[in-house]
Amino acid sequence: MTAIVEVRDLARDYSMGSGAVHALRGVSFDVQDGEWVAIVGPSGCGKSTLLNLLGAVDTPDAGSLTIAGERIDRMRDTDATAFRLRRIGFVFQRFYLMPALSAAENVELPMAEAKVSREARRARVQELLGYVGLGARAGHRPSQLSGGEQQRVAIARALANRPALLLADEPTGELDAATGLEMIELFRRLNRDGTTIIVVTHDAQMAAAAGRRIQMRDGAIVSGDAP
Amino acid sequence: MPVRLALLALFRHPARTLLALLGIAVSAALLLDMVMLASGMRENFKGFLMLRGYQLRVAPKGTLPFDSDATIDSATALVAAISKLQGVIAVSPVLGAQVQTTAAGDSNVTAFTLGVIPDVQGDYEMIRGRDLTDSSSVVANERWLEATGHKLGDTVTLAIGYDPQLRTTVGARRFVVQGVARFYYIAATQPTLGMLLPTMQAMGGGARRDRVSLVMVKAADGVDAEVVRERIAAVSARISAISLEGATEAVEQRLGYFKQLALVLGSISLAVGVLLVTTLITISVNERAGEIAVLRAIGVAKGSIVWQVVMEGIVLTSVGAISGIGIGLITAQWLERILSDFPGLPTTFHFFVFQPRDAGIALAMLAAAGMLAGIYPAWRAASLPIAGTLRREAVA
Repeated sequence: MTAIVEVRDLARDYSMGSGAVHALRGVSFDVQDGEWVAIVGPSGCGKSTLLNLLGAVDTPDAGSLTIAGERIDRMRDTDATAFRLRRIGFVFQRFYLMPALSAAENVELPMAEAKVSREARRARVQELLGYVGLGARAGHRPSQLSGGEQQRVAIARALANRPALLLADEPTGELDAATGLEMIELFRRLNRDGTTIIVVTHDAQMAAAAGRRIQMRDGAIVSGDAP
Repeated sequence: MPVRLALLALFRHPARTLLALLGIAVSAALLLDMVMLASGMRENFKGFLMLRGYQLRVAPKGTLPFDSDATIDSATALVAAISKLQGVIAVSPVLGAQVQTTAAGDSNVTAFTLGVIPDVQGDYEMIRGRDLTDSSSVVANERWLEATGHKLGDTVTLAIGYDPQLRTTVGARRFVVQGVARFYYIAATQPTLGMLLPTMQAMGGGARRDRVSLVMVKAADGVDAEVVRERIAAVSARISAISLEGATEAVEQRLGYFKQLALVLGSISLAVGVLLVTTLITISVNERAGEIAVLRAIGVAKGSIVWQVVMEGIVLTSVGAISGIGIGLITAQWLERILSDFPGLPTTFHFFVFQPRDAGIALAMLAAAGMLAGIYPAWRAASLPIAGTLRREAVA
């Protein structure tokens, strides 16, 4: 297997009033292609900060970050945006679907941005909604879907442009236990079908389902992996 | 997709969007009225001067037609000389003077009277009765009939050169009111008569013999009127030859304050429209900060976000502006009625003239304003820090 994610000495500070908060302090790890990694730890340990850096929505103060062979830690905003569009899939705790668009349109959105042809988009939407078990709910608005269904649509949206890496931030955080288990099963299936996943979670069952766990505390990795 | 998202964002708060559209429509209506006022006067004045196809006016040197009591002497020779010029197809000499008549109750009515040659005259159109036929016929406007109490077919005594001290007149003659006419260039409230030019020159005695106030000249189709104007100007040093453009410019200078008023009010309405749309879209962007951050996180480019927000502004202003055209046309009619009471204005003169081009200008200005209005909120939306906004949204 080859490393799809290479993180070296990653640091990120935030200025907060009088001083700086060291959200990440020299984090290093690798993720292999096809792996499912869970990042766990108490609130405020830097999990979400790390996920934002991995997703190229934030830039580190130090260290390097390579995903699918591309250095993203010093990318210009336009390059980072294009990278996110084609190489990263994001799943958020609160789903964040566009409320005015249907499930199908939400899934279609990243492909439209990537200038995928209309026919190819339609076919991919059908394929993805079928994959997450929502083929019959394509025309429904988010408000007409349950939390679990919304999260499935969000996962389909994240996979639209066939990303190299799927990042999920507390994907079961807003779901009840039963729906959470369904979600874990969906992630398991995704991973089995070849999707590389990094998930930040407090959910012990989700963490246990992952192939590997990285434990964080106070902005550093305390157990799990070292390159 | 950005266009669809923009439209959907506007439909999210229908009542708020409707109120904003109403505000923009009012702003658009005012802007249209001001564009109509600014350009309409010029276009109307051109059409007004061209009612009978006379592109050129010849007046005493240094004056505009009927700007003073000055007249041109040796009119017969001048008219003959102009008629012979290459490119000239019609020449219409006109003499203007005040003519008195006695009305019922022994009061005097003073009428502005034009001496014309009926075959070539370009000053009036007949409403009823007959046009001038001989030296004892006159045509009058409705206002003169109303002021004197006379009617079509009446015989009246007209005199020129009334002396209010001595209550005497010069050259009194009897005429038959043969027709009722609408005089193009004279206010509807002004009692007005028309008679044959030689009759009027004769009534005035030596002071008006072979004199005219104005000569109207028609150039042939396809001939450059400016070239003809230069040829006329070369005929005599005692005259000024004025083209349509020259006359329009002179009038524009005199009515310049209307244009300034239009410019100021138009700019204010445009600014109000811009502020209204900017405020509304900024509020909308603030409400959708989380959604915008998510769009950015999943790879939607800043340009797409900017385009989406700017589209909201354009859609809002365009729909508002189209609705505003109807309101603008109604208010223009109302304002036209107020301004038409301005003393001394001919009935054929209009301040507000609707031209599709004006509506197009107003729409284009508003669309540009909509785009401008969208720039600030679009910049805000595109500049949102993605991670920070998502964190704030999660906490909220």
